[in-house]
Amino acid sequence: MKHQNEYRDPKLARLQLEAIRQTIDGYDGSMTFMEVCGTHTMAIYQHGIRSLLPEQVRLISGPGCPVCVTPVGFVDQAVALARRPDTIIATFGDMVRVPGSSSSLLEEQARGASIKIVYSPLDAVALAEKHPDSDLVFLGVGFETTAPTVAGAILTAARKKLDNFFVLCSHKTMPGPMAALAGDPELQVDGYLCPAHVSAIIGANAYQSLVDAYQVPCVVTGFEPLDVLQGVLMLAKQTVAGEAHVETQYRRVVKAKGNLKAQQLLAQVFEPGDARWRGIGDIPNSGLQIRAKFSHFDAATQLHVKVEPPVEHKGCLCGEILKGKVRPNDCPLFRTVCTPEDPVGACMVSSEGTCAAEYKYGT
Amino acid sequence: MKSDVILLGHGSGGKLSHDLLDNLIVPTLSGIGQRDQNDAAVLAAPNGRLAFTTDSYVVDPIFFAGGNIGDLAIHGTVNDLAMAGATPLAISVGLIIEEGLPVEDLRTILESMRDAAQQAEVKIVTGDTKVVPRGKADKLFINTSGIGVIEHDLQISGINAQVGDKILINGTIGDHGMAVLASREGLELESNITTDSAPLSSMVAELVAQLGSQLHTLRDPTRGGVATTVKEIALQSQVEITLQETALPVDQSVAGACAILGLDPLFVANEGKLLAFVTPEVADQALRIMQSHKHGKQAAIIGEVTAIAAGKVRLQTSIGGLRAIEMLAGEQLPRIC
Repeated sequence: MKHQNEYRDPKLARLQLEAIRQTIDGYDGSMTFMEVCGTHTMAIYQHGIRSLLPEQVRLISGPGCPVCVTPVGFVDQAVALARRPDTIIATFGDMVRVPGSSSSLLEEQARGASIKIVYSPLDAVALAEKHPDSDLVFLGVGFETTAPTVAGAILTAARKKLDNFFVLCSHKTMPGPMAALAGDPELQVDGYLCPAHVSAIIGANAYQSLVDAYQVPCVVTGFEPLDVLQGVLMLAKQTVAGEAHVETQYRRVVKAKGNLKAQQLLAQVFEPGDARWRGIGDIPNSGLQIRAKFSHFDAATQLHVKVEPPVEHKGCLCGEILKGKVRPNDCPLFRTVCTPEDPVGACMVSSEGTCAAEYKYGT
Repeated sequence: MKSDVILLGHGSGGKLSHDLLDNLIVPTLSGIGQRDQNDAAVLAAPNGRLAFTTDSYVVDPIFFAGGNIGDLAIHGTVNDLAMAGATPLAISVGLIIEEGLPVEDLRTILESMRDAAQQAEVKIVTGDTKVVPRGKADKLFINTSGIGVIEHDLQISGINAQVGDKILINGTIGDHGMAVLASREGLELESNITTDSAPLSSMVAELVAQLGSQLHTLRDPTRGGVATTVKEIALQSQVEITLQETALPVDQSVAGACAILGLDPLFVANEGKLLAFVTPEVADQALRIMQSHKHGKQAAIIGEVTAIAAGKVRLQTSIGGLRAIEMLAGEQLPRIC
């Protein structure tokens, strides 16, 4: 793993940590940086990065796990679709365990529903072709990283003239929720570690309006430990200097304008729409909806099912955790009622969720 | 064998059943001859303590890169006996076959079982065959039980890990789990990842003979991977264990596939690996024993028992950070982005 080990060098890590210490030396007060990506959250836990940082520098996790921010109502709708006769649900793995109001896809599978875990939306298209007598519903969950591949799948299904391929769409976009959190008076975010994969698509420039509106430093950061440490150093330097800019640590992948081809693909199939974020609420224009031209692939409008009113588990603090206001250990359900084997909230379900990471790696 | 697929009648107990046994199963699994087909195998009582184990194999798919459900079942049972410090003596094989399984597939699997048993120097002495209707099983389930003899006085056990013990593994981690996942999901990986499924009884015999009471604990890190197994031992022995991430041997292809799928090789299954806890004085000797064995060329010392504590396991990461290690919860699922 040449391109992995290079970014895990212990000597370079020590140099970065020393640079962080020198930067904050003499700075009065602490600084809180939020990582807005589930993969960052996992990397921070997996490499024990918090245990290495000075106490003054606090890392908190934000709403960057696509499974975690998916509202209960979406899971309920997926469960209702799974109960339809001759319906196959195709999804990325994490979604199957997410509890809805009264069931999960995994439970529906045990009761006889057809649930297939796929690794690419194109696998779902292939499944639709293989099962022409069934309705294939792909669960479109994820940010700008996964949404272009779903757009591609819809275009492929259109080209193949498939009439049994559908997408239940809950795609979301950055940086809308980051702005919502930056404007939250109860929350003190001194800087954002901006998501790497998402930024590769939307480009670093996408965070400029957030910086302009809230004067919060933004550093687009990669996922390896040295990337994260350098991202923290860049945020610390801006914080100490009292400045706020968009910077890109992850230059080997992320360009200022992003991936224009992927952006065109997104624009061709989807249009911006309001979206509900679990724990945060409705954020205008932070979601993607399937355009009218492709509405015959939209499971929400084409396949009618009766969905139960969503019920959130009382006492679950997923919402507050997703906003970075509380840590997993502050939740009364954490490790007691809510465990990876029997998760209550989505933060515990997804392998990239904050609670799952804290449960698995927290000391 | 007239039919080229397994029929329900092959499990009826009648003529077809005898046909299956006489013409395929018994001749292939050479431990039993036709004249010995009684209701129970009769074994000579050995000197020493007996070890007894059973396990069921329901792997999907039944064929994967580097092995199949048959040799996996034999290796698994041989290794379970070996982890108690026992020399495998005899194995039973229970086959639950789904109607419609191609006889050729069954033949291939039986031949793999025979070869695996011969390699591990253990006899298959008794068995049972059932055929269930299509859809009531997934192609083939195998249950194997094994008896082994412990000819020494050592107490090799999960409760015996002691502060100061060095922890060794006989090679790369996560190979089996990723090989099965790649075969199951048809993942097109750049290089072929094959299972590490292998019998470890001869390696254990060497360790027992040369290390004696300096060998405290043996365990094969199968489902749940190295992380779950180390945690189990830490809990059983009530100790704190610290693993070194940089010392963990991981095949580059496995590391790459895990990185793509968001899986942690520490939690991925192995079928030809053992963890050995030995006193620090004999750690290098144990390493040499493993490395000179054909299933231990990439053996490494991966950590140590650091304190008396209530089952705490920590990983010192490559950049010097510390993180906790817990047991695998549920199945590892590929991440979403």
